Amino acid sequence: MQITLTINGETRSAEAEPRTLLVHFLRDHLDLTGTHWGCDTSNCGACVVLVDGEPVKSCTMLAAMAEGHEITTVEGLARDGELDPVQQGFFEEHGLQCGFCTPGMMLTARALLDENPNPSEEEIRVAISGQICRCTGYTNIVKAVRWAAEHEAGAAAAGGEAIA
Amino acid sequence: MAATEERPIGFGRLKRKEDPRFLRGQGTYVDDVKLPGMLHGAILRSPLAHARIVSIDTSAAQQHPKVRAVVTGQDLANLGLAWMPTLSADTQAVLATDKVRFQGQEVAFVVAEDRYAARDALELIEVDYEPLPVVSDVRRALDADAPVIRDDKEGQTSNHIFDWEAGDEAEADRVFADADVVVVTQEIPFQRVHPAPLETCGSVADMDPVTGKLRLWTTSQAPHAHRTLYAMVAGIPEHKIQVIAPDIGGGFGNKVPIYPGYVCSIVGSILTGKPVKWMEDRTENLTSTGFARDYLMQGRIAADRDGRIRGLRVDVLADHGAFNATAQPSKYPAGFFHIFTGSYDLEAAYCSVRGVYTNKAPGGVAYRCSFRVTEAAYLVERMVDLLAAELDMDPVELRMRNFIRKEQFPYTTKTGWEYDSGDYHATMNEALRIAGYEDLRREQAEKRARGEHMGIGVSFFTETVGAGPKSKMDIAGLGMADGAELRIHPTGKAVVRISVKTQGQGHETTFAQIVSQELGIPPEDVEVVHGDTDQTPFGLGTYGSRSTPVSGAAVAMVSRKIRDKARLIASAALEVAPEDLEWESGPPARWYVKGDPEKGQTIQELALAAHGTLTLPEGVEGHLDAEAVYDPPNLTYPCGAYIAVVDVDPATGEVKLRRFVAVDDCGVRINPMIVEGQVHGGLAEGAGIALMQHIAFDEQGNCLGGSFMDYLVPSSLEVPDWELGETVTPSPHHPLGAKGVGESSNVGSPPAIINAIVDALKPFGVRHVDMPATPGRVWEAIQSASGTPAPPR
Repeated sequence: MQITLTINGETRSAEAEPRTLLVHFLRDHLDLTGTHWGCDTSNCGACVVLVDGEPVKSCTMLAAMAEGHEITTVEGLARDGELDPVQQGFFEEHGLQCGFCTPGMMLTARALLDENPNPSEEEIRVAISGQICRCTGYTNIVKAVRWAAEHEAGAAAAGGEAIA
Repeated sequence: MAATEERPIGFGRLKRKEDPRFLRGQGTYVDDVKLPGMLHGAILRSPLAHARIVSIDTSAAQQHPKVRAVVTGQDLANLGLAWMPTLSADTQAVLATDKVRFQGQEVAFVVAEDRYAARDALELIEVDYEPLPVVSDVRRALDADAPVIRDDKEGQTSNHIFDWEAGDEAEADRVFADADVVVVTQEIPFQRVHPAPLETCGSVADMDPVTGKLRLWTTSQAPHAHRTLYAMVAGIPEHKIQVIAPDIGGGFGNKVPIYPGYVCSIVGSILTGKPVKWMEDRTENLTSTGFARDYLMQGRIAADRDGRIRGLRVDVLADHGAFNATAQPSKYPAGFFHIFTGSYDLEAAYCSVRGVYTNKAPGGVAYRCSFRVTEAAYLVERMVDLLAAELDMDPVELRMRNFIRKEQFPYTTKTGWEYDSGDYHATMNEALRIAGYEDLRREQAEKRARGEHMGIGVSFFTETVGAGPKSKMDIAGLGMADGAELRIHPTGKAVVRISVKTQGQGHETTFAQIVSQELGIPPEDVEVVHGDTDQTPFGLGTYGSRSTPVSGAAVAMVSRKIRDKARLIASAALEVAPEDLEWESGPPARWYVKGDPEKGQTIQELALAAHGTLTLPEGVEGHLDAEAVYDPPNLTYPCGAYIAVVDVDPATGEVKLRRFVAVDDCGVRINPMIVEGQVHGGLAEGAGIALMQHIAFDEQGNCLGGSFMDYLVPSSLEVPDWELGETVTPSPHHPLGAKGVGESSNVGSPPAIINAIVDALKPFGVRHVDMPATPGRVWEAIQSASGTPAPPR
């Protein structure tokens, strides 16, 4: 079947079997390989994308079910070549090592900050708790998200003062 | 350009050069490789742990419209490829021919037009199995009536693989027989675990039928060793094999061995004339690729009543699974387990290790540690704590009393290791300071009085990392030395080519910083090339924390060769004798004329001269390139003091890891930010091993840890915010004084956490809890202990 999706603000279309999972559709049919495949059981979160702004494990969703929704992948995080504060935060705080979990972590962080611009460390840990990182031990991921919260455009204006 | 903390020239907290591509989702992992006409492979695996294969019918799969090839063990046997050598001089079936020996073993390989069709076709293959009795319990493997698993091996009449020992048994016996010593005995299993990197294993094989060249993109921590082994196994000439390890999504030892799937992808490409991708799923990863640990250890420790430790003995039964595929140097079938005397100055020590086959997946990989060092550190650090409990001594005091003293280095242990350096008392004291140890003990006393169960656990480890020397250490006969090549281009930009391969450790940054430190070239001007055997010099790869100790040293040495050559060029350019020139590390780093410091030239200036029209001194070739091979004179010996604080709920057995202090001494730190990241990651994995991770089997050999639903690894909620510290004792024999750090924290943390749990449960009379200390296990330990019953809640 022909599947047409809105991804990172663009309309993308490809032929795929109806059973095709969103993660495989993105990777194999649209060459958006920034979304990773890690476990098959919805435990690891390497495949997280945003569906209408909500983090979703793309191995749990058929590509066809995503029609009519706005999909954001890691390739859509940077705007006009400029890194999202979340991406910058992961860079500044050494929030990534092998990079395999990073796209999913960053998208979840983006969704968290959109809803809660000034999350506590505990709130960050809860937000990413459905995703696994085997490299960083999480401390620097938490710091990375805090960095992003503190450096969002208008963070200060919005009263989003940093938590020490 | 002036160096700053943010943009150091040389060592310092440089942000990672490799990050930008990962942040944008532009990394290239094996599964991201897409070649024209590429086909997809999938493996049919055995549902049984031990069974004779009566027949395999692939006809229905062959007829699937999208299937291009179906390969069985018999097909491989016809090509002489049904069996391959392991890293331990054993053999392993690529695809089973006679029988299957573990659940998940590879039986057939399908090549199809897409991923889904390949998996569909697996369902169409009919295999008739005749079940055989299963050896699941390692303690029964050598029973007289145990089925012989490896009846394929000539002369193999039992499941025995090897016996190995180290130390002096007679001396140990003498110490233990002393009437005055206190002896503590404990069985200490280190459970089977799996490294479980987030990216599973896989490969893309592209055999060009015209040129005969094989290109293999693969999840490999050791691309050069893999190339040589493929040449030996498959008979493809080595110069026609290019192994490319692109971006790797974590390794932790899992990606050191060669797996049947890689070989199958090569065979698939040869048979179809097309590139073939094979990418395993998580269950395949957990059930068939290299496991770690699985040591059943019987420990004995002897000490005088005043706490002077005198002897340590351990006898190990090692479960190696169905094929002995342990990754370690040939001379050491139990790896470096004989570092089990740890950080203590003992009178006598002895260990024996017996390896056996069982109907489980092969492996025995060094999971985020140097070969078997984690097992050794866990053993000694548990035994010392058991002894402290027996003597009613503070575990810190007992350790301090028995540490090898600073002035004793270099120190030769009773099992033959020569520790290069350390200041264990200083490292321990730093951990006590950061943790606020005295305050913690006071807090614990108050909580105990209230019936709350807080535990404080201490461990102190010494690791042995950075193998070779190559005269003593090898993988499959290949000596453990690593090469490096460095070219300085005319404009002063550099390309350094290394044999080791990052799986997230930050090689592209760290190795650029080494060149930068030695030559004064900014790290952003140094390109690090790695992971492609056609582009890099030979070497044994990244595992056992050997990248910085071995390859880092090679890069330092090759940089110094460049510096020496630059001196000769400077002598021509400045028209002085070479001995009249002096190097200053700057900034700016340069050769200058002694007594006339105004006259001098940087490496960048000299690079242009080397490529230009300057007449060079007699015997000096043009350009500014060099190569080096580093064969380490000894291993390096990082150490660390760790303190864990836990709270245990006796009603549920739940353990909360509340604090963790880790003070590491890994010698000189090239990039402290990266070092700290490595320590964080190892701590989380160590916490996972102590509390959650377990690849268990039932009596029929069914794997009970075959997915992330059953094999639990830590999330952000199970681990605390890590508290780090450091001491710096440079390695005296490493050119940079560095020791390696990627694995230390995974070695040191499990005993600290278990010691903390046992400490919390002391009021109940609990003296030991096995890993993983799940709520069920902790609760059972409380129930079965003979001490004070749990207070009412």
